[in-house]
Amino acid sequence: MSAAIEGRNLKRYYPVKDRGIFAKSSILKALDGASFSLESGKTLAIVGESGCGKSTLARLATMIEKPTEGNIFISGIDPHANNGAEISRLRQDIQMIFQDPYGSLNPRKKIGTIIEEPIVINRKMPAAERRNLAESMLSKVGLRPEHYDRYPHMFSGGQRQRIAIARALVLKPKILIADEPVSALDISIQAQVLNILMDLQEEMNLALVFISHDLSVVRRIADQIMVMYLGKVVEQGDAKMIFDNPSHPYTQALLGATPAVDPKLRRERVKLTGELPSPLNPPTGCAFHTRCRFVQDKCSTTAPKLEMQFERQVACHFAEIAMKN
Amino acid sequence: MSLLEIRNLCVDFETVSGSFRAVDGVDLDIRETDILSIVGESGSGKSVSMLAVMGLLPWTAKITADKMEFEGHNLLTISNKARRNIIGRDIAMIFQEPMSSLNPCFTVGFQIAETLKQHLHLDRKARRKRTIELLDLVGIPAPEERIRAFPHQLSGGMCQRIMIAMAIACYPKLLIADEPTTALDVTIQAQIIDLLVNLQNETGMALVLITHDMGVVAETAKRVIVMYAGQQVEQQEVEGLFNSPRHPYTNALLNALPERSLDLDRLPTIEGVVPGAGDRPDGCLFSPRCKFVQDDCRANIPPLKSTGVNALRCFHPVDPGNLGI
Ligand SMILES: Nc1ncnc2c1ncn2[C@@H]1O[C@H](COP(=O)(O)OP(=O)(O)OP(=O)(O)O)[C@@H](O)[C@H]1O
Ligand SMILES: Nc1ncnc2c1ncn2[C@@H]1O[C@H](COP(=O)(O)OP(=O)(O)OP(=O)(O)O)[C@@H](O)[C@H]1O
Ligand code: SF4
Ligand code: SF4
Ligand SMILES: [Mg+2]
Ligand SMILES: [Mg+2]
Repeated sequence: MSAAIEGRNLKRYYPVKDRGIFAKSSILKALDGASFSLESGKTLAIVGESGCGKSTLARLATMIEKPTEGNIFISGIDPHANNGAEISRLRQDIQMIFQDPYGSLNPRKKIGTIIEEPIVINRKMPAAERRNLAESMLSKVGLRPEHYDRYPHMFSGGQRQRIAIARALVLKPKILIADEPVSALDISIQAQVLNILMDLQEEMNLALVFISHDLSVVRRIADQIMVMYLGKVVEQGDAKMIFDNPSHPYTQALLGATPAVDPKLRRERVKLTGELPSPLNPPTGCAFHTRCRFVQDKCSTTAPKLEMQFERQVACHFAEIAMKN
Repeated sequence: MSLLEIRNLCVDFETVSGSFRAVDGVDLDIRETDILSIVGESGSGKSVSMLAVMGLLPWTAKITADKMEFEGHNLLTISNKARRNIIGRDIAMIFQEPMSSLNPCFTVGFQIAETLKQHLHLDRKARRKRTIELLDLVGIPAPEERIRAFPHQLSGGMCQRIMIAMAIACYPKLLIADEPTTALDVTIQAQIIDLLVNLQNETGMALVLITHDMGVVAETAKRVIVMYAGQQVEQQEVEGLFNSPRHPYTNALLNALPERSLDLDRLPTIEGVVPGAGDRPDGCLFSPRCKFVQDDCRANIPPLKSTGVNALRCFHPVDPGNLGI
C-alpha cells in the first residue's frame, strides 16, 4: 500500500531582490531537499526554529505551491504530473489549519458558512444536507449546533481553532497539515484542542503533519519527527527514539533548550552561541557549523549527507561523537 | 525587609458596558534577590497588576490597594516627580514585544544613553562607556559598532537583549520581565533566560518573571504566584507548587501540560472556559470548572489565606494524596 502522503527530495527556492542601489537578485533556499513518507493514522512532526522552512514544506504538501524540484505524492499520485482536474480532486484529500485563530476565519461570515465553504467549492450538495454536515462537525469539535449562525468574533481563540478544525475536516480528508495549531493557545485550551485532533485522527484515520516549535507538545503527539535547520533536514526518524537519544548536535541543542517542569525530562542545557545565520547567505559546508560545539575543520568545507545512522537519518560528520556526549 | 509590598491590589477598568475588575485581590512581597514568577492564562491580570505597580495604566483604570509600597514609599499617593525617580531606575520593566517598545527612529545606543542621562545624570563620555559595557553584558557582539544600529537592523533576540540592557542600565533593585521570551525561538529563549538569571545572581536585583511557560517557571523561579480570572489563587515555593499544588486550578493546569501525560491516552483538560467580564459566577470564580467544588463554593467567595510564603484561595484544597487526575 502506498503512503497517504510522500515527499521526495522536495525543494523550494525563492528569488529575492536585495535591497540597495544595485538591486541584484539572489536565491533563497527555503527548503532544500526534504523527503518523508507518512501512513494513514500516523503523525509526522516538523520542528525547527523560525525560518527553517516548516511552513514552506506545508505549502508544498498542500499543493498551494509547486516544488522547485522534487515530487509530492498524495496516495501515490503526483498531482503536478497530472492535469488540473487531478490536482483539485487530490486537494480535497488534504486540508490545512493555521496558527492564528484570529486571522484565519473571515470575520464577516457566519460559522456555518465558514465550515461549509470547502463543500460549496468542491461538491454539489443540497443546502440542508450541507447544514447537517456542518452541524455534526460542530459537535465533533465540542461546539454546539446553535453556534452555526454566530460570527467568529463571538468565540475565544480555542473555540476558533476548533472551528478551523471543523472546516478542515468537513470533507473527510485523508491528510491534515496543521501549522502551529496550538501555539497561540493557553495550556488548558491547548490540551482540549490536542485531544480533539487526536480523537478525530483516530476516528478518520488521518495522516497528520504537525508543525510546531514546541517540543513538549511534539513529544506528546508525534510518531515520527523531522528536525530542520536553515531549509535542510538534519535528523529524521522515530520520535521517541530521537527524543530519548538525539544524535544531531542541533537536535540536542533544541531539546536542551526546551524547558521542562519534570526534572527527569530536562536535558543538559547545551549552550548555542550566536544567532541564526541569514538564510540568504548560509554558512558553507554544514550550515550548523557556526554554532556547533562538535565542529571540526571538515564541517566548514563539506556538507554532511543525510544518512541512516543509529536507526535514524542524520546529517552530521560526527554524529557518533555527539551521541557519546 | 520587603522591597515591594502589596496587599489586596485591585484594578477596575471603566468600559462602555460598565466597570470591569481585571485584578482582584493580589498580595505580593518581593524581597531582595527574589525570583518570583506570575503564571496564569491569558487575561488573568498578570500584566495589569505589574503595570499598576509601574503606574503605566491608562486613566480608565482605577487602582486600589490596602498597601502598595516600594522601599517604604507609598506608590498610591506618591507624587509624579518622586515616582519618576523610582520607576525606570529602581524598578524597571521589559515587555513582551521588544520591537514595539524600542523607538524605530533612534539608534539603540542613543536610546540606552537617554535612560542613563535621565536617571544617572552621566556625562557624554561616561554614557558611551556604560552603554558599551551594558551591550557587552547582555551578550551583544561588537558593541562599539552595534550602538549605531537601528532596531530594525537587529533580530528579535538582539532587540530583547537591548531591552534588557536598557532595563538594567541604572542598576534597578527590581526588574519586572513580562513574557520576555514569548516571541523568540527556544534556543534564543534559553539564552535570554540564562542571561536574566545570571544578571540577577550578579547584581542581586529581584526579578519578577511573568510567563505562561511552566517549564521556564520550574527551571528559574524560586516562588510562584498563580492567577485565575484576575484573582491570585495560590502562592508557593517552586518545588511545592509543582509537586503538590493545593489549589484545584493550579492542579488542573499542571495536569494539562503535555509532558505530564506522556503515558496517558489523552491529555487531562479543564472543561469550560475562563469566565469573561459578563459571566463571572457567584462565589468562587473557579467553581463552574472545579472538580472539588462543594455547595459552599458557589455561595461564598473564598478569601486569600496566607501562611508564611504560601497563600491559597480555596475552601477545599487538593489533598496531596489525591490529585484528582
Ligand atoms: N514567498 C517567499 N519569498 C521569499 N522568501 C520566502 C517566501 N516564503 C518564505 N520565505 C523565506 O523562506 C524561509 C523559510 O520560511 P518558512 O515560512 O517556511 O519558515 P518557518 O519554518 O515556517 O518559520 P516560522 O517558524 O517563523 O513560521 C524564510 O527565510 C522565509 O523568509
Ligand atoms: N486598558 C484596558 N481597558 C480595559 N480592559 C483592559 C485593559 N487592559 C487590560 N484589560 C483587561 O484586563 C484583563 C487582564 O489583562 P492582562 O493584560 O493583565 O492579562 P494577562 O494575564 O497579562 O494576559 P496575557 O497572558 O494574555 O498577557 C483582561 O481581561 C484584559 O482584557
Ligand atoms: S557536521 Fe560538523 S558542524 Fe555539522 S552538526 Fe556535525 S559536527 Fe556539527
Ligand atoms: S473554593 Fe471550591 S470551587 Fe473554588 S477552587 Fe476551591 S474547591 Fe474549587
Ligand atoms: Mg511557519
Ligand atoms: Mg500579559
